[in-house]
Amino acid sequence: MGDPRNRSRGFEMAGTPVSRRDLLSAGVVIGSTVALGNQSAEARSYSGAVPWTPGEANAPTPVEPGPFQYLTQDEVKFLDAAVSRLIPADNLGPGAKEAGVTTFLDRQLAGGFGKASSWYMQGPWKKGEETQGYQSKMTPAELYRAAIKGIDTYCAGKFGGKKFAELSTDEQDEVLKGVEGGDVKLDGADSKSFFKVFLQNTIEGFFSDPIYGGNREMVGWKLIGFPGARYDYRPYVKKHGEKLNLPPVGIKGRPGWNPST
Amino acid sequence: MARKLPPVNVVLVGFGWTAAILGQELTDAGLNVLALERGGWRDTSTDFAVTFAQDELRYYWRRALFEEPARETLTFRNSPDQTALPMRHLGSFLPATGVGGAGIHWNGQNWRFLPSDFVAKSHNTQRYGALQEGMTIQDWGVTYDELEPYYDKFEYLCGISGKAGNLGGKIQSGGNPFEGPRKREYPNPPLDMVYGPTLFAKAAAETGHKPFPCPAANMSRPYTNPLGVTLGPCTYCGFCEKFGCGNYSKSSAQTTILPVLMRKKNFELRTQCEVLRVNHDDAAKRATGVIYVDAQGEEWEQPAEIVILCAFAQHNPWLMMLSGIGKPYDAKSGDGVVGKNYAYQIVSSVDVFFDDKIMNPFVGAGALGVGVDEYNGDNFDHGSLGFIGGGYLACWQTNGRPIEYHPTPKGTPKWGAKWKQAVAKNYLTSLSIATHGAVMSHSNNYLDLDPTYRDVHGRPLLRLTFDYTDNEHKMSDYLTDRAEEIAKAMNAREVHAKKRTGHYSIVPYQTTHNTGGAIMGTDPKSSAVNRYLQSWDLHNLFVMGTAVFPQNPGYNPTGTVGALTYWAADAIKNQYLKKPGPLVQA
Repeated sequence: MGDPRNRSRGFEMAGTPVSRRDLLSAGVVIGSTVALGNQSAEARSYSGAVPWTPGEANAPTPVEPGPFQYLTQDEVKFLDAAVSRLIPADNLGPGAKEAGVTTFLDRQLAGGFGKASSWYMQGPWKKGEETQGYQSKMTPAELYRAAIKGIDTYCAGKFGGKKFAELSTDEQDEVLKGVEGGDVKLDGADSKSFFKVFLQNTIEGFFSDPIYGGNREMVGWKLIGFPGARYDYRPYVKKHGEKLNLPPVGIKGRPGWNPST
Repeated sequence: MARKLPPVNVVLVGFGWTAAILGQELTDAGLNVLALERGGWRDTSTDFAVTFAQDELRYYWRRALFEEPARETLTFRNSPDQTALPMRHLGSFLPATGVGGAGIHWNGQNWRFLPSDFVAKSHNTQRYGALQEGMTIQDWGVTYDELEPYYDKFEYLCGISGKAGNLGGKIQSGGNPFEGPRKREYPNPPLDMVYGPTLFAKAAAETGHKPFPCPAANMSRPYTNPLGVTLGPCTYCGFCEKFGCGNYSKSSAQTTILPVLMRKKNFELRTQCEVLRVNHDDAAKRATGVIYVDAQGEEWEQPAEIVILCAFAQHNPWLMMLSGIGKPYDAKSGDGVVGKNYAYQIVSSVDVFFDDKIMNPFVGAGALGVGVDEYNGDNFDHGSLGFIGGGYLACWQTNGRPIEYHPTPKGTPKWGAKWKQAVAKNYLTSLSIATHGAVMSHSNNYLDLDPTYRDVHGRPLLRLTFDYTDNEHKMSDYLTDRAEEIAKAMNAREVHAKKRTGHYSIVPYQTTHNTGGAIMGTDPKSSAVNRYLQSWDLHNLFVMGTAVFPQNPGYNPTGTVGALTYWAADAIKNQYLKKPGPLVQA
């Protein structure tokens, strides 16, 4: 758009961007505080045509395989053990660990979600009422780090120096119940707040599209019979009460179409 | 210091549903119209294409299309004696940022309000006597009959799928017999119905109700609207509400108006341009334009002959407060109007679990369902019930997106092996009946400016003070009991009624039906805008959207928002332009 005073009317197919030169010539300082989160971009003007740029789509970014980006080795051990209690492997099929939920959590915590990049994170900070929602100064990534450390410290004190991952599954369940209910107090983190976000993120990792690192081989979807990223069910609307047995498909397809899914 | 731009005839603040309608109508009248949108351009093929639209994590849980609290949010408390704290991430409701606004991610549940809803105060006091203490409901200043042609216009713009229940006063079998009279049928027949809602319809009929297919902005067949824009048939993909439609099958600004409006030379859209305040000349009783900031932080003054606030619900009264327009509401004295009568919706549900009936919940659409309207508005005698108002009951099948939808029976643990077993057992074989209740306005439910917290531009955040009152809880419990009776007639394994209890919470998603704060009415002492949505204080300032609802009836608001926008556009074109000035004498 540049200086809107100089905007040329007419057929601007993709909108007219503000160029750096326009701004510099107008004496404007670039790099302002308004560019936050994932919606920062430049101002544009559109008139006389429907905006259209060939080949442009805001497609999702799949996670890359490879080493952990945020989690430490100790945190990985904790999460592998803990997500196995939240959604265990059993005779119904793989659990959260086998589904890659730890990798999912790592990538989420390393990215915008972990940094709370779209959240309002200005003080003053007060605890508030339950109905007022999350009021911690910590980002999700900071909360995970502090809570995992706190839970391992708690376990070491209670179970003769053992960390959470080294406990029996019954002991692990007991600790997690204490964290969930707030009976297990943690150094540096609110146990109930952590459990809430941890359980939610684990379910996300188990059921979200495999491009985000969890739900490997669509095991979460297979467990319940969700056919995934399909877009046309018209032939099935009137099949009342019939089990459809549609194999699930992800955004990238499914194994057999593409070995990397 | 803002640099001054050449004037335009009309500036629209925000570019969602209401601005798109006004842009189309006012450019048709020959005016030069500029829309300022704080977010970016959005369209089907680029932002939610059918090849990647079905992404539950990205669009819903990571809020890809929604407002970012990091930039703007509000503070919240339940009562005036508490300290309001910021809504740090979204939860209870989901405003949008970007072209098309929340109209991109709505369900498409498109209703008309009842004739008695528009005269709520006079109707209820006449029938039931004095209002409960603190209840501040008002009449709208416009009637159902006046709005009928404009409801019709919005429904035909959108291509609503449905079945009329009242054609010119004649009740039609198969439709909603309680609706106000309509002049003609819906533009499209109802959607094909999936299994669960048909079971609900049967049980509802057996228990003496008159179930009907809910009106839907999801296309039951290809449809070309009066502007010549064509929508495709809905594919029941189950990624509808909270998502953009990848298939051009859900009505939105993008799928009904923009392909025509964007080509007009007397229309301009500027994106990533956020209006900070409205300038005005109080002596002349006129708005003079707006100040906006672009993505680079540059401030501009945009003069305009007419200013129309088209931002999301509560953002419009917020802009009025930030601009010093109208007298702010004072909860203690009850004086003032801007910020008055914030209202919401009260919702509950009854989950129904079967052993052997396969629902295939993933086959869904945002407004696919069967409704029952016996308990809405004043469709029933409230006699000694101790509340006024009501809501509809409906069995929707909108989605089976598993992060959000994995129903478990009462008493199931929230995690572990038993949780996993329960999720696997019940996913395909459950349904839910929703209740969708009204919220009457109350003197302690209001909006004002927060004394402490600021947005990204340094402006005071809006402060929301809100809680459900006794009237809402009694009403919602009554609705939930009725829904449970129908659920029990379905011969299911288990029925679990989930009443709405306790204080309103900003945390769990409930509904994006926020209303009030710049309410319409007949008197400048008790309303911010007149019956044409024209400010009582500045005659060339108009306010759109749910902010003008004096209270919130028991239906989804978009149909009425569309109708009111066409009604106001008509008044601007045919009355205001001929003789600029107050359209109603105070």
